[in-house]
Amino acid sequence: MQFPTITSPHTARPNSVTRTMLWVILALIPGTVAMTWYFGWGILIHMVLATATAVAGEAVVLRLRARPVMPALKDLSAVVTALLMALALPPLLPWWITVIGVVFAIVVVKQLYGGIGYNPFNPAMAGYVLLLVSYPVDMTSWVPPEMLNPHPLDPLQTLSLIFTGQLPTGLDWDAVTAATPLDAMRTELDQNRMISEIRQSPLWGDFGGRGWEWVGNWFLLGGLVLLYKRIITWHIPVSMLAGLLVMAMLFHFIDQETHPFGLFHIFSGGTILGAFFIATDPVTASTTRKGQLIYGASIGVLVYIIRTWGGYPDAVAFAVLLMNLSAPTIDYYTQPRVFGHRDQGDE
Amino acid sequence: MHYPSPSNSHHKLYRFHGGLHLPDNKTQSNGRPARAAALPKRLILPLQQHIGEPAHPTVAVGDRVLKGDVIARAQGLISVPIHAPSSGTVIEIGEHPVPHPSGLPAHCIVIETDGLDQWGELPEPIMDFSTRDPATLRQRIRDAGIVGLGGAAFPTSVKLDPRQPVHTLIINGAECEPCITCDDMLMRERAEQVVAGIAILRHLTGAKSCLIGIEDNKPEAVTEMTRAVASSGQEGMEVISIPTLYPSGGEKQLIRVLTGEEVPSSSIPASIGIVCNNVGTAAAVADAVLQGRPLISRYVTVTGEGVGEPCNLEALIGTPVVELIEQTGGYSGRISRLIMGGPMMGFTLHDDSSPIVKASNCLLAASAAESPDPGPALPCIRCGQCASVCPVRLLPQQLYWYARAKDLEKAQEYNLFDCIECGCCSHVCPSHIPLVQYYRSAKNEIWAQEQEKRKAEQARKRHEARLARLARKEAEKQARLKKKKAVLAKKPAGKAKTGAPDPKQAAIEAAMKRAAEKKARLAAEGATPRNTRQLTEAQQRQIDQADARRQAAGKAEAHTEKPVAEEQE
Ligand code: SF4
Ligand code: SF4
Repeated sequence: MQFPTITSPHTARPNSVTRTMLWVILALIPGTVAMTWYFGWGILIHMVLATATAVAGEAVVLRLRARPVMPALKDLSAVVTALLMALALPPLLPWWITVIGVVFAIVVVKQLYGGIGYNPFNPAMAGYVLLLVSYPVDMTSWVPPEMLNPHPLDPLQTLSLIFTGQLPTGLDWDAVTAATPLDAMRTELDQNRMISEIRQSPLWGDFGGRGWEWVGNWFLLGGLVLLYKRIITWHIPVSMLAGLLVMAMLFHFIDQETHPFGLFHIFSGGTILGAFFIATDPVTASTTRKGQLIYGASIGVLVYIIRTWGGYPDAVAFAVLLMNLSAPTIDYYTQPRVFGHRDQGDE
Repeated sequence: MHYPSPSNSHHKLYRFHGGLHLPDNKTQSNGRPARAAALPKRLILPLQQHIGEPAHPTVAVGDRVLKGDVIARAQGLISVPIHAPSSGTVIEIGEHPVPHPSGLPAHCIVIETDGLDQWGELPEPIMDFSTRDPATLRQRIRDAGIVGLGGAAFPTSVKLDPRQPVHTLIINGAECEPCITCDDMLMRERAEQVVAGIAILRHLTGAKSCLIGIEDNKPEAVTEMTRAVASSGQEGMEVISIPTLYPSGGEKQLIRVLTGEEVPSSSIPASIGIVCNNVGTAAAVADAVLQGRPLISRYVTVTGEGVGEPCNLEALIGTPVVELIEQTGGYSGRISRLIMGGPMMGFTLHDDSSPIVKASNCLLAASAAESPDPGPALPCIRCGQCASVCPVRLLPQQLYWYARAKDLEKAQEYNLFDCIECGCCSHVCPSHIPLVQYYRSAKNEIWAQEQEKRKAEQARKRHEARLARLARKEAEKQARLKKKKAVLAKKPAGKAKTGAPDPKQAAIEAAMKRAAEKKARLAAEGATPRNTRQLTEAQQRQIDQADARRQAAGKAEAHTEKPVAEEQE
C-alpha cells in the first residue's frame, strides 16, 4: 500500500491566526461594553462601520492584487484593525472620516506593503494619526461621560448625527461634546493652573477622568485574558506601563502641581488599550524577549514625553508608530544567546 | 512532577529554553506486554542502516545464510556490519524502497527465510568484561553491528572511543516524543539487561558517574530501572525521573536537564566529558558482549488510529512494515499516512513494503484526525511563538525569512546549523508555516553547494595536474631535442650535461611552486568555507553519508575519477 508523504511535524496544530485574532476580538468585549456605557452608541456604530469598510476594502484590494480573498479575510486581522481604530475614534465622528481612516489603514498601510505580516506600521495607529493631523477638530471632540452628560443621545439620534450631521432639535454641537480629560488637563495646565485646582472640577474621578478611569479597567481585564490564553506575553504591556509610570512618578515627584500623578497617565486616553492590544500587535512589534522589553518601555517613555511636551494631548499612536520604525533594529541587537554558544550576551 | 521517585529526590535538575507539553498518546501502545513478531517470509536489509559508509555485501544471490551470520561487512571506521536476522537464502541484492526521509530506494540484501530460524556460529560470550581490554570490547560491539538505537544510528563503537576523558555517562530513556513507547516497554520488561549493558558502557567510557534519565510519564519504567540498578550493586549509577517536556530526549537537551551543562555548538558531548547512549543501545550492547548476539532485532512501537491493536513488537530488522501492521490488527480504515518515528520528528513512508531498520523505533499509522493537513501557510505574523518554544533559543522567524529568501549566508549567521529539527516551532506557528521543512532544505542546499565546491576543487586539481604533466612532457621533449642538437653539433658537452637550468623548465617549476605556495597560504588562512567549519559532527556525518550515497550511486564516475587522482600523487 502506498501513502502520501509530507514533512514533520505530523501533529494537529493547536494554533492559528484566526484563533489569535478571535481571542483579541473577544478580549475587547468588556472594554467595548464599558465604552458604550459611558460614551454612548457612537462607539458601536463606528465599530460596525469600520469593520464593514475594512472587510470590503481588503476584499477589493486582494481582488486587484489577484490574491485569494477568502483566506485573507478569514484570518480576521482586518476586523481587529477596524475595531481597534473605532475604539480610538471620537464617538460622534462623521462617518466619512472613519471610512477614510480605515481605508487608509487597510489599503495603504497594510495591503500596499504586502498584506498581513509585511506591514512595518501598525495599520490602526497609522490610520488614526492620519485622521488626527487631517481633521484635528473633529478628532478631539469627544463626548462627556454618561454621568456628566446632560443630553445623552439615543441610538437613532446618534446614527443620524454621525451620518447626516443632524443634531437633535434644541441642541448645538458644544452641548453634546466635551474634551477628553487628557485634553482638559493639558489646556488648563497651559493656563498655568495648579493640578490641585484643576482636580476640583467634576470632570475628575478618583485617579483619572470620570468614566475614563473605569474603561481602562475593563480593557485591562481583556488584556489579562489575552495573557492567560497566551495570545500575548507580559513583556510589552508591562514594560510600556512601567516606562510610562516611572516617567510620570518621577516628574510628579519633582513638581506635584504641574505634573499629574502616575495613575492618571495609566488610566487616561488609550494607555491600557494601547499597552495590551495595540503595542502588542505582533507584526509591527519587536519579537525577541529582550527587544520587547525595550520596545514597550520606549513606548511608555515616548507617550509621556509627547503628552507632556508634544503638540498632541494623546500620544499612544505616535509612540507606537515611532517604535514600529525601530523594531527591526531592536530585534537585531537583542538576539538571544543560542544554546551552546557563549559569545553573545545572556538571554 | 506527578510521580514520586525515590532515587532522585536529591538530584538537581535544570531546564532548557522553550519546549512543548504535548498530549503523549502513549497509553494506546504500552498497555500490553511486547511480543515477538512472527517470522516474515522475506527480510529486506538495507546496506546503509547507520551513519557512515554503507556496509559491503559478503554474500551472493543464492547463498544460504544462518541466523546471526555476517552478510555485509563494515567499510571504513564509521561503519558497521549487517547480520542475517534469520536463516534462509539470499534471493536478491538490489534497489528496494527503504525508510529514509528522501523517499529514494537504496541497496538491500533480500533474504527468503526458511522458517527454521537456525542460528549460525556466534562469538564467545564475554562475561568478565571488566577485566578485558576496552579495544576488544569495542571491536565486539562493532562486530555486532550496534548503532545508536535512539534514532541517530551512529556506530556505537566509535562513540565509545572518545579522545577526551569522560566523567559522566548519560543513558537516554527519556523517550520524549508522543506515541513512542518502545524504550518504555524495554525498560519495564528488560531492566536487568539494560542495566547490564549500561555497566559495560560505563566500563568502556571510564565514566565515574552514570545518570539514567527517564521522563516522569513513565513511572513503571522508573521503578523497574531503579530496582534493577539497586540489585546490580553499581555504585554511582542513578535513575532520574525528569519532567515530561518535549524534546527532553534530545541529546543536548537531556544533558542540559541532568547536568546543567550546555554542549558547545558544533561539538559533541565528549568535548565536555560526557557520553550519551540510548537504553535500547545499552540492551543491544549487553546482548553482544554477554551473549555474543549481534543486533538483529529490536522493540518497535506500532501505534496510531490507523491500526487495529496498537502495541509493541520485538521485530527482526528487515521485517517489512506491512507485516507488522498485519500482526497488530491491520489497517483500521482510518489510516491516512504512515509515519516512521514519532509525530514530531518522524518521516512519512511512501511504501509499506519498506523494512524496519536498526533505527526504527516506531511505526505510526496516523488517521487524518491525528495528523491533519495543516492547510495552506499564511504569511509570518512575527508573533514570536516559535522563538518562545525553540529549545535551542533560535529565532525561527528570522531563519524562515532568510531560508525562504535563499539568503543562506544570513541563515547561517542566525545559526541555522544549531537547529535540531525538533518541530516545536512548526507545531505552534499560527500561520501554519512548515518551518522545519524550510530549514531542512536550506541545510541541504548548503551541503549541496559544499559538494559542488569540493567537486570544483577536485576538477581544478585535476586540471592543474594535467597542465603540469603536459608542461613536464614538453620540457622533457625540449630537453631531448636540445641534447640531440648538442650531440649533432658535436659541441663539447655543455650546458645540458652540467645541469645548468633550462630556462623553460625553470619557468615551469617556478610557476608550479607559486601555485603550490598560494594553495598552502589559502589553506593556512583557513580558506575553508564557513559553513563546513560550523558543522556539528552529526551534520558532518550526514554529509559523509550523503557523499557515500552519491558515490555508491555514481560508481562509474568514481572509476573514471580515480586513476586521474592517483596520477596526481
Ligand atoms: S510562529 Fe509562525 S507566524 Fe509566529 S513568528 Fe514564528 S514563523 Fe512567524
Ligand atoms: S525545529 Fe529548529 S528552529 Fe524549530 S524549534 Fe526546533 S530547534 Fe528551534
